[in-house]
Amino acid sequence: MEEEYGRKWDRCLADSAVKIGTGLGVGVVLSVLFFKRRTWPVAFSAGMGLGMAYSNCQQDFRSPYLLHGRMVKDQ
Amino acid sequence: MLRVCLKGANAAARQCVCGKVAAHPLQHCRRYTSAGDSGVTAGKIVAASLLTVGGGLGGTIIYAKWDPKFRSNVEKTVPYSDKLFGMTLGPPPPAPVIPVPKKLAKVEPLQISSVSEATKESKQPKKEKKVKEAVPQEPAAAEEAPAPPPAPPSQTIEGECTECAHEPALKERPAEEVTALLAAKDKAEEDTLASLSSNLDETLGSSAKVTMAAIGAQEAALTAIAVHTQKLKEAMDAEGAPDKKSAQWRALEDALDGRSRAVDEAGAALLRARDELEKLREVINVAKGSNIDAARPQVLAAEENLHNMIVDLDKVVGKVQAAQSEAKIVSQYSDLVNEAKAQFQKELDSITPEIKASWKGLAGKLTTDDLNSLIAHAHRRIDQLNRELAEQRVREQIHIESALEQQKLEHQKALETAVVTALEHNREEMRLEQEKKVAEVREVMEAEMRTQLRRQAAAHTDHLRDVLKVQEQELRAEADETLKNKMNEQETHYRRLTQEQLDTFTLDMNAAYARLKGVEEAIDSHVIAEEEARKAHQLWLSVEALNYSLRTAGVDAPTEPLEAAAVVVRESCADNEFAQALASALPAESLSRGVYSEASLRARFQDVRRLARRVALIDETRNSLYQYFLSYVQAALLMEPQQEAPPQRLSPADLDTFKLLSYACYSMERGDLELAAKLLNQLTGEPRRVAQDWLNEARLTLETRQAISLLSAYANAVGLGTTQAP
Repeated sequence: MEEEYGRKWDRCLADSAVKIGTGLGVGVVLSVLFFKRRTWPVAFSAGMGLGMAYSNCQQDFRSPYLLHGRMVKDQ
Repeated sequence: MLRVCLKGANAAARQCVCGKVAAHPLQHCRRYTSAGDSGVTAGKIVAASLLTVGGGLGGTIIYAKWDPKFRSNVEKTVPYSDKLFGMTLGPPPPAPVIPVPKKLAKVEPLQISSVSEATKESKQPKKEKKVKEAVPQEPAAAEEAPAPPPAPPSQTIEGECTECAHEPALKERPAEEVTALLAAKDKAEEDTLASLSSNLDETLGSSAKVTMAAIGAQEAALTAIAVHTQKLKEAMDAEGAPDKKSAQWRALEDALDGRSRAVDEAGAALLRARDELEKLREVINVAKGSNIDAARPQVLAAEENLHNMIVDLDKVVGKVQAAQSEAKIVSQYSDLVNEAKAQFQKELDSITPEIKASWKGLAGKLTTDDLNSLIAHAHRRIDQLNRELAEQRVREQIHIESALEQQKLEHQKALETAVVTALEHNREEMRLEQEKKVAEVREVMEAEMRTQLRRQAAAHTDHLRDVLKVQEQELRAEADETLKNKMNEQETHYRRLTQEQLDTFTLDMNAAYARLKGVEEAIDSHVIAEEEARKAHQLWLSVEALNYSLRTAGVDAPTEPLEAAAVVVRESCADNEFAQALASALPAESLSRGVYSEASLRARFQDVRRLARRVALIDETRNSLYQYFLSYVQAALLMEPQQEAPPQRLSPADLDTFKLLSYACYSMERGDLELAAKLLNQLTGEPRRVAQDWLNEARLTLETRQAISLLSAYANAVGLGTTQAP
């Protein structure tokens, strides 16, 4: 059980690293290609990547508490 | 006010910071003035509020002083107001005391009655003394002349006697005292009676004597008067010789003297008799006043005697008076006759002066002239007398009428007096008769009362007889019953003894039989016991094997699966349900996988603890990453003791994660896995999830250990039971 926790954190960090890096990359590309080398796309997409990573991490940690409901159709 | 000033100062400082240095003092002043203005208004407000509060308090205190109910209400509702009121107004007025007159009223009559009793008590010896005093006074008084002296003591005796009559009714006195008093009273009565009777007899005797003397004197007077009258008549009518006449006249004079003397004597005797009768009457009154029953007939007789004597006296007096009146008439007649004779003599002398001597001697000497003159004188005299007679006849009528009138008047008077005296006599007679009748009735009543009392006494004796009969019956019945009870007791006792004997015999027989049976059974059970012992030994061995297999746990590895040992245990206790149940109570995991040892759990616990600390804030509602961050920060900053002794009872404050973890750590270090598991079971949220695995393992271990310990205890017990002491 305790290992699972550590594992989750590892996944989270790896995931956030990947996403932020990817975001940064995409941001750089976009800023160079379309936005005249402004900084804001970089920050924007890095932020997007961070946000996605954050969300994923949160989802991962929350997963035990999530309730999956099913809609029962009246027959 | 200070705060306002400070605010102003701050504002000024800020302004200074912003850089407007030049305007600082002005603004400062302005601030002050504005602060001052606001201060003045604030002061007004403060003053007004103080005034209101002070007025309210003062008004409350003054009204509380006037109305104690209001004061008590306020004291009840507002705390510490009673202290304030006590300081300002003094202690509260006491509740009105309800008077208790009932007790007083009850006490008073008792007191009064006791006082009256006491006075009565004190009066009694006085009265007794008075009675005793009166009694010796009586005989002394009896010797004196009657009437006044006996009257007061007898009256007091009478009064005391009536009071004494009341006294015994009010208060019970000892019998001897009562009889003594009664005897004294009787004696006193007897004494008075004796004295009274003696008095009565004396006075009766004296009055009788005197009355008889008076009557005799009156009779003597009567005879004297009659004699005198007779003599007078004779003297007037008779024409005897002169010496005879003078003798007659002398006799008449003697008779007159005798009559006057007799009348005087009679009068004196009458007076004396009247006095004596008066005295007798007094004595009779006294005797009546003494109110003693025994004297009554004597009194009545005395009264009768008195009455008779009075009647006789009156009669005799009447007779004497009649005789006297007759004598008066006769004397008047004699006077008239004498007067006529004198007149005639004078006339004769005037006509014939020479003839002085008596008639008869002159018969031859008289001449015809003398005779003629005499006859003429006689004729003239006859005419005159005839005329006088006619006149007299005429006047006679008138005189007769007047005389009749007078006679009528006198007759009336006499009649009246006679009527009065007759009435008096009648009244006296009636009274005497009434008294006699009263005495008779009293006698009759006394006799009747005596008969009634006798009847009552008879009834009482009958009643006593009945009561005694009833009592006899009751006592007989009681005695019979006691006899019966005793007999029954004896019987039961005898029966009990026989029964006991039988019982003891039966008991002995039973005991012997039971012993025999016991011996047989003992032998049988020995065999069984041997068998049991073998089986128990077997079981014990298998349980020991199971126990040993528990110890095969590694540091982090679980024990080997306990399946084999459990099977052996089950085989060895095939017929024992309890052991079977226990053997099958081993959890499946332990059988298949084995359980962890306590040491490994302990080591693992530290990791669990660390992790639980870190995620202490996370639960179903708070589980965002931000919360995770906060939880981490809390775990880093919070310092709780590593180990803390858990209390006997967990309070809600102890359900905090960190506290629970410290308690659990403490228990783990002391080897109490169970308590640690219980404590960790109280975790909530994410820490619980984190500790779940560890908890499960701990549970498994605990279960297995419990089952095995029970089995070994059971095996030991069975083994102990089957071993025989040497």
